[in-house]
Amino acid sequence: MPRRLGLRAVALGYLVVILLAPLGMVFYRTFQSGLEPVWQTLSDPDTIHAFRVTLIATAIAVPLNTVFGVLCGLAIVRRRFRGKGLLNAFIDLPLAVSPVVIGLCLYLLYAPRGGWFGTWLAEHGFQVLFAMPAIVLATIFVSVPFVAREVIPTLRELGNEQEQAAATLGAARWQRFRRITLPSIRWAVIYGVVLTTARCLGEYGAVAVVSGRIEGSTETATTRVEDLTLTFNTAGAYAVSLVLATIAVLVLVAMTVIRPREENA
Amino acid sequence: MSIEVRNVTKRFGSFTALDNVSLEIADGSLTAVLGPSGSGKSTLLRIVAGLERPDAGEVLLSGVDATRLAPQRRNVGFVFQHYAAFKHLTVRDNVAFALTIRKRPKQEVRERVDELLELVQLSGFADRYPSKLSGGQRQRMALARALAAKPRVLLLDEPFGALDARVRAELRDWLRRLHEEVHVTTVFVTHDQEEAMEVADRVAVFDHGRLEQVGAPAELYDTPASEFVLRFVGDAVHLGPRLVRPHEIVLRRWPSDGAVEVEIERIAVLGADARVDLAEGGGERLTARLRREELEDLELTRGEIVWASAEASARDAEAGQALH
Repeated sequence: MPRRLGLRAVALGYLVVILLAPLGMVFYRTFQSGLEPVWQTLSDPDTIHAFRVTLIATAIAVPLNTVFGVLCGLAIVRRRFRGKGLLNAFIDLPLAVSPVVIGLCLYLLYAPRGGWFGTWLAEHGFQVLFAMPAIVLATIFVSVPFVAREVIPTLRELGNEQEQAAATLGAARWQRFRRITLPSIRWAVIYGVVLTTARCLGEYGAVAVVSGRIEGSTETATTRVEDLTLTFNTAGAYAVSLVLATIAVLVLVAMTVIRPREENA
Repeated sequence: MSIEVRNVTKRFGSFTALDNVSLEIADGSLTAVLGPSGSGKSTLLRIVAGLERPDAGEVLLSGVDATRLAPQRRNVGFVFQHYAAFKHLTVRDNVAFALTIRKRPKQEVRERVDELLELVQLSGFADRYPSKLSGGQRQRMALARALAAKPRVLLLDEPFGALDARVRAELRDWLRRLHEEVHVTTVFVTHDQEEAMEVADRVAVFDHGRLEQVGAPAELYDTPASEFVLRFVGDAVHLGPRLVRPHEIVLRRWPSDGAVEVEIERIAVLGADARVDLAEGGGERLTARLRREELEDLELTRGEIVWASAEASARDAEAGQALH
């Protein structure tokens, strides 16, 4: 038997068991007991609020991490400075550390009693923990690496000759960035944004620790899924999961549409 | 515009790329900066363009100090060895870049780009992307792009280095003709002495970050200021203790003052010239270049012993001629 066929079978089989089967299960279970419970959960104000919280956190985290990722990439590839290796390593920290641990770190920092920043903030009337700011912070933290990690290899490959050429042609720093660098790395940025978005929408661990998970207030879509499961509303849990899975699939589709275009650019 | 480099030194870590270099380049001239790799020639060009900053010394453009001026304010055209084409822009937008940055009216940009594309013979390629061009076409595009904003100086860093021999020869000719047409002060860096001699009015020879000699091609060839220049510009061979040009060697059948006894190893006729491979008594080999008539008059054959000497007059006879 041709070895390549065997390899392909293993790869596909793995994907089916690990990825597609659970995903298919979610789709199947959601509609098992008809559309009624699905609609009921999705139109529940608490569910809608949970999605809103997730989307707000994502809408804040994605642009911030996109700007940070591009700036970080430029600094790491183009500049020489002390602590560059450290910065490069720190970017990957959120991937290496479990989100639950990240949540705990945020908890320790922002706890209103005894937290390093939390105590001071509480005295001045700011509540971070168990409120929107903590959810946003946790979401930003876990989605830091993606844009930078996409942009860095592309910038390395690009080199800086084109920018030098632009400089000799009269382009100032910002014009060089806008007209040469950014268009050259645009697909890496878009790809990074897609991954960051996916990561933000799916964040559970850190948010679960710091959000307080108050129904209709600080619950996010993912924590809502768990809540519904715990209250034996399995159909509801499946429905919310289905929405999250659908978004993930759409993101995947967006990525496959983007990728081949990149080769021709 | 004239260029003046005064006492420029540039170090990269412990490596000295340029060591107290001073050079003047006249307005409207076509100058070659020649040297082996690592001689500092590209660094000099990049300092003139503002892409590198010297550790010491000054750069004057039209007599005005430009040492600390940003590259975008110098109005120089720069052509890179590997083209530095803007890959995401069409040929037209590449060439138009300097004008777009300067916010010139669209109609004017269009006319100027068309004119330049004509000049570099790329008129039919305006809407292509650089990835669809050959190396030679890319470099012509880069040249048109560099000329678009009518720079005061055109700087070319090994512009033909990445191209194959035939395209190189073509572009050399073409650069020469372009310079006659456009008359912009042009400096190009090369490690190819033939290219430097063929294209430039003046050649500056660099070695280990130092300027060895500046002069017209014939001057460098006939009166090299150092052994390095003698070796680097044109061929040179050892005859006894002296370093001479192969065509300066005269062969005789009798000994004379300073002549070295040599055995003829091989004779190759190359058109009007002939190459004679010789071996000295000590086993060292050298090559002489003789005219065909000379060779025939001497009736030399392989294995014969003759006396070789180098005559200064041979230099004068060939003065001003290209090599070979």
